[in-house]
Amino acid sequence: MTRHRFFTRFYLGFIFVFLYLPLLVLIVYSFNQSRYSTNWTGWTLHWYRSLWDNTLLLDAAVNSLIVAGISSVTATAIGTLAAVAFYRYRFIGRKVLYSLVYVVMMSPDIVMGISLLIFFMLVGLPIGFQTLLLSHITFCLPFVVVTVYARISGFDPRVIEAARDLGAGEFQTFRYILLPLLMPAVVSGWLLSFTLSLDDVIVSFFVTGPTFEILPLKIYSMVRLGVKPEVNALSTVLFGFTLIMVTLSQLLVKERKR
Amino acid sequence: MSRAVVQLQHITKTYDGLAAVDDLSLEVFAGEFLTLLGPSGCGKTTILRLIAGFEAPDRGDIRIDDVRVNALPPNRRDVNTVFQSYALFPHMNVFDNVAFGLKLKGLQRNAVAERVRDVLEMVQLGGMETRRVTQLSGGQQQRVAFARAVVNEPLVLLLDEPLSALDYRLRKEMQLELKRLHRQLGITFIFVTHDQEEAITMSDRIIVMNQGRVEQSGSPKQIYEEPANLFVARFVGEINTFDGSVEAAGADWLTVRIHGTDFRLVNKRGFRSGDPVKVLLRPEDLQIQKTEPADGKPSLAGAVEELIYKGSTVDVIVRLTDGKPVYVTEFFNENAAYIFYERGQKVWLRWIDRWEVVLPDA
Repeated sequence: MTRHRFFTRFYLGFIFVFLYLPLLVLIVYSFNQSRYSTNWTGWTLHWYRSLWDNTLLLDAAVNSLIVAGISSVTATAIGTLAAVAFYRYRFIGRKVLYSLVYVVMMSPDIVMGISLLIFFMLVGLPIGFQTLLLSHITFCLPFVVVTVYARISGFDPRVIEAARDLGAGEFQTFRYILLPLLMPAVVSGWLLSFTLSLDDVIVSFFVTGPTFEILPLKIYSMVRLGVKPEVNALSTVLFGFTLIMVTLSQLLVKERKR
Repeated sequence: MSRAVVQLQHITKTYDGLAAVDDLSLEVFAGEFLTLLGPSGCGKTTILRLIAGFEAPDRGDIRIDDVRVNALPPNRRDVNTVFQSYALFPHMNVFDNVAFGLKLKGLQRNAVAERVRDVLEMVQLGGMETRRVTQLSGGQQQRVAFARAVVNEPLVLLLDEPLSALDYRLRKEMQLELKRLHRQLGITFIFVTHDQEEAITMSDRIIVMNQGRVEQSGSPKQIYEEPANLFVARFVGEINTFDGSVEAAGADWLTVRIHGTDFRLVNKRGFRSGDPVKVLLRPEDLQIQKTEPADGKPSLAGAVEELIYKGSTVDVIVRLTDGKPVYVTEFFNENAAYIFYERGQKVWLRWIDRWEVVLPDA
């Protein structure tokens, strides 16, 4: 029994080491004095300072946050409403439309990127901020729809009927019953969108130009000339940011449940 | 009779081509406790949903308080529902659940608080305002569901098998409590159940339904003692059904031959000589005699097959000489503190004149 337990714990530990060791290495090396990443020569904060002075990189980071912020909020709003519509109303083509949501989610990024680029060229939209934003909203949308729909389909439909029965109109039912009950799914849908948008390379590569640079593309172009410790520092900052975001969202969901 | 608050006029509602409600008409009168009774799938819940506004009829009109409401959404009808699953709002506490309807009506905060407190007091949940509904027991949730509906003082309260999820004791308790609340509130109740005992205990009037139609409407006593047809007779309570044929008939009497014996019965339905009939007798209306009756009046001969002790009663299964089993219930009382029959003992069955029900053999 105890041996069995020891083994399962060891196994679980091994999985987490596998997941987090590379990240840990990256964080440690971001404090490395050496310009060549593999040799350890001593602690320094130099790369963080030079990161702070690198306006090009910081501009790209700010751009990324702007795009991720707007696209995730927009996708969450549209996606939540779409999920509610899929659940509440019976209309012709409902199932087909819902399957199409999956198709968008499953289709390879490269296909998405190329098709969006062709579409934008066709309608004559100049490549830049607008096109990037539209594309990010597009590929985030299905994830929100699926996340929210998964939760809403577990509801007792009588709860919605009860609200209507007690005098709530469509909007009031949504505002006071559906939205509060869906909140955990909405938050995680938003978080998913935000991270997806923040680290997208492939789609963004096609739909943005030199007028509007974002962080993943910037890093991508930097590492083609070799991984600089600055990139390590930047990645560490991003990882810390993600950590804060996830912790916050977990706390929020927990708070709602209590 | 008092005013009709709900009228269904020739309502038909089909799902996938199957009629859940079939050209059904009924009226509900102000202040009554009406029960829709029937087996599952008979359309009773559909009727409730039609009145509440969750479904629209394919044909026919629904009138509430003399206004046609066919196209009115649920939130604009003066009826409230207690759901079978309670359907409480899980993210709200007891107070917010009950206050939901009042807040939507735009009542003042103080007025809302007062009304909610009164209603919670009435359903014996005083002091539970801040509890989360997910932490309540089934019985308490049931009370919150009830309070949430009646706090709006609807014209009609619709109850969709609200007691079916409770255990036996609690169900009995809630039956009496619902009756008390009905008297206290003076609101019209439309109660749906498949439990005939529950229907008889609680209702002023019962409508027995089958396959989307009304089989009989009447007081619990009428439904039990004077079933209009075989379906009602068999659905409500235990009953013995005997095949018979009318040998002779007059204006108010008839002679029916049952299992080879002629009985003289009351002719309430204008039967004529030669008509095939069913003679129905409740187990408690039959009497067992240990010796062949000497008064010359007819009886059915048989033998005791099984004796089932039920606490306050003893159920006896008697097999007639031609093989038909008959159920008889005997009560313990001062004349019969001790009831016992040997298995296989020969007995004779009879009943008090006029207690039988004679129906045409459909």
